[in-house]
Amino acid sequence: MDTMAAIKQTFFQECEEQLAELENGLLAIERQEGDLETINAVFRAVHSIKGGAGAFGLDDLVRFAHTFETTLDLMRSNELEITPGLVKLMLRSADGLADLVRFSRDGADLDRARIAQLNGELSRAASGEAAAAHPEPAAQAEPEPAFEGEPTADENGFTPIRFSLDDLLGGGMPAFDEAPAAGGLTVRFKPKPELYAKANDAVVLLRELRRLGETRIACDTSDVPLLTELDPEGAYLSWSVDLDPAIEESAVREIFEFVVFDCDIDIASQPAPAVEALPELPEPAPVAEARPQPAAAPAPAPVVEASNVVQLAPEREMTPTETLIKAGQTPQPAAAGQQTTIRVDLDRVDRLIDLVGELVINQSMLAQRVTEAGIARLSEVAVGLDDLEHLTREIQDSVMAIRAQPVRPIFQRMSRVVREVADMTGKSVRLVTEGEGCEVDKTVIERLADPLTHMIRNAIDHGLEKPEDRVAAGKPEQGIVRMTAAHRSGRVIIEVSDDGAGINRARVREIAVKKGLVEANAQLSDGEIDDLIFHPGFSTANSISDVSGRGVGMDVVKRSIQALGGRISISSKPGRGTVFTLSLPLTLAVLDGMVVTVSGQTLVVPLTAIVETLQPKKQDVHGLGDASRVIAIRGSFIPLIDIGRELGYREEEADPLNSVAIMVESENRSQSALLVDGIIGQQQVVIKSLETNYGHVFGVAAATILGDGRVAVILDVDAVVAGSRADAGRSDISNRKRNAA
Amino acid sequence: MMHVSEKDMSANSELIAFRLGGQEFCVDIMSVRDIRGWTQTTPLPHSPEYVKGVINLRGSVLPVIDLAARLGFKATEPTARHVIIVTQVNNQSVGLLVEAVSDILTINAGAIQPTPDVASDLARLFMRGVLAIEGRMISLISLDCVLPKSAESAGTVH
Repeated sequence: MDTMAAIKQTFFQECEEQLAELENGLLAIERQEGDLETINAVFRAVHSIKGGAGAFGLDDLVRFAHTFETTLDLMRSNELEITPGLVKLMLRSADGLADLVRFSRDGADLDRARIAQLNGELSRAASGEAAAAHPEPAAQAEPEPAFEGEPTADENGFTPIRFSLDDLLGGGMPAFDEAPAAGGLTVRFKPKPELYAKANDAVVLLRELRRLGETRIACDTSDVPLLTELDPEGAYLSWSVDLDPAIEESAVREIFEFVVFDCDIDIASQPAPAVEALPELPEPAPVAEARPQPAAAPAPAPVVEASNVVQLAPEREMTPTETLIKAGQTPQPAAAGQQTTIRVDLDRVDRLIDLVGELVINQSMLAQRVTEAGIARLSEVAVGLDDLEHLTREIQDSVMAIRAQPVRPIFQRMSRVVREVADMTGKSVRLVTEGEGCEVDKTVIERLADPLTHMIRNAIDHGLEKPEDRVAAGKPEQGIVRMTAAHRSGRVIIEVSDDGAGINRARVREIAVKKGLVEANAQLSDGEIDDLIFHPGFSTANSISDVSGRGVGMDVVKRSIQALGGRISISSKPGRGTVFTLSLPLTLAVLDGMVVTVSGQTLVVPLTAIVETLQPKKQDVHGLGDASRVIAIRGSFIPLIDIGRELGYREEEADPLNSVAIMVESENRSQSALLVDGIIGQQQVVIKSLETNYGHVFGVAAATILGDGRVAVILDVDAVVAGSRADAGRSDISNRKRNAA
Repeated sequence: MMHVSEKDMSANSELIAFRLGGQEFCVDIMSVRDIRGWTQTTPLPHSPEYVKGVINLRGSVLPVIDLAARLGFKATEPTARHVIIVTQVNNQSVGLLVEAVSDILTINAGAIQPTPDVASDLARLFMRGVLAIEGRMISLISLDCVLPKSAESAGTVH
């Protein structure tokens, strides 16, 4: 039972991939970038899900996927014209399929009415168009026998079935010279009744085969009993298919991947030596005339012959093929150079990352010891150590790369959010994405899903105007939500922007005043007003809408981004739209920092926060009030934060003249100057959690281990700045500091 | 050194005993991962007095608690002779700074007596029981409460 569960889990993992592929393909078709291969990929995705679902007895899923697949199949064979409306339906159906998969996996909520409705729409789309297109396949398909039961069903009457099938086969047989060259694969395929019971269909599989390249398909009808003995749910037909030599076995196996247990299938190449094998066959007499002399027959002949047998002696035609298969070479291995992936337990990767982190620390400790021992830089030991350092860095980078994944899946997920929110709000929206290939740590990606969903919802619900307002403002009716990812100086920048009306600053201000967030007469810059929307509990929507009014505001988004070591900022132009910019670390495991000393302690300040460092001059430092000081830099006054006091390392104030000021920018883009005793240098440090063995400490983001083996704390710049802003006498901050300890 | 009760020979457990402020204490050996010499700690901002800071224990960050201060004795002035007992408490590793390890005891679970009803809150909070061994009294420390919890940090100790 446990292995079953494991297989099932794999199936659902693959489903997610198939769903992504499906959606991706459909979106490409929607953008009119899709070709036949795209439609094929889309079809395969649905088909794979159906196949797997059938194996696990997920009937709802099978049924829906089947309808979906049928419609897609018509689309693929050009029997159904691809219209924007149809693609929209396909996209919604893809969402429905995703819901069904999730429902089957963990019993998530399922809107059965919606599924049923989609099912109906799909069937209607399929039958409506298919009726008109039906005569076509009969006319065009000379190499493909008409396998479909329905067209013949009413003509059959009481005519013996054997007769009519033979007839069909005879008509469908290609002439000899059309046969693929020898050396290709021969597939012998005999479905069991289970195959049909699981909603698979031999026609579909054979069509898939034909799509790979030139094929010769022959149907063996010899097992078909008389009508009186025929079990309507039985399986009597089998096929033998000769493939073009260019067709890879792996591609063939892929087609039959989900039915291997429900059919007898043999795939073998048709080698030239098979000629020798043929004469040893017993039987069948009529074949002899058609068979060329073994000695005289070079490569091309046997293939033709093997299928020729079908025509001449349907009762025994499979025997030669069987022999061919036995005589055949071992199947070709999958093409070399194919990109292969493995699934690895995340814990193993993380363990590896931890170990490499320790290796890096150890290496730098060793380097420090060597330096301390006074060994010359050019000595063999030092040179060897340099090599070791390069190696360790390289291992570290490679290991980190294991966790790095493109942001594509999360961007894809957003296109669904866009569709749903657009539907709910009645707005017409197009999502434009860029830079999906950008790679970020897996954890970062996972934890981005919720904030991004919320931002997209906001962008559509609050950002974009109603269609009529857009038209009135001279904009196209369809709004655009743009989502881009890019690497910039060791961080990944994700922007979510809309071309809506921009932030209504007057309204934001009004609400902020009403809620007591700001004084009525406060002087606020545009940026400060925009930042108000990140304030806890702030929501500009006039009514709590279904879409974004779920009690979470932008403050939640901000907090989750900060928890990732990221920053969020907003910029808005009236009438032009709003841009949210996320700046995120590429990995949560290492950080570039500036190593500084404060009161004899070594601290690390994240480099991303630092703007510049400078030596304060006496005339630039001014007292402000009883406890605060500011520093004048290029004409503006910037608050001076004494880190030693702020972290409680000392009571007395630092002398600014014997200190270094580090200018930092916190997430609301306000600047502060942090006063430290000295700067040791700049270094990449491995982030170690304090929470694992201790707990959160106010003002500390994490810890690291320096080259000397000592632990150093990494400063949480935003928290320190926020803490110093709050009046020292106010109880909540001092409590917070104490509680955090 | 051994104190074995007659009735139950099977439920023996081993304890590590150490001295603090003139009294004897012990912890269950099963929760001890390592015993190492004192190394300079990195203090944590805004931490209670009994948190000496953190050290690097084979690549992970280990908080070190001055157990004497935690139990309400005078804070320890650590020297090279002091030791850190690395313990595992609820999936967290915690180092306990003590003067020296004095003994390893094998006792029977039945030998643990309930903590006498005394006025000290700290005693009741941290003691799981007491042992009488050869006329000495050794208090068994419950490690669960040693790390500061944000809820009780300020009030009970300072």
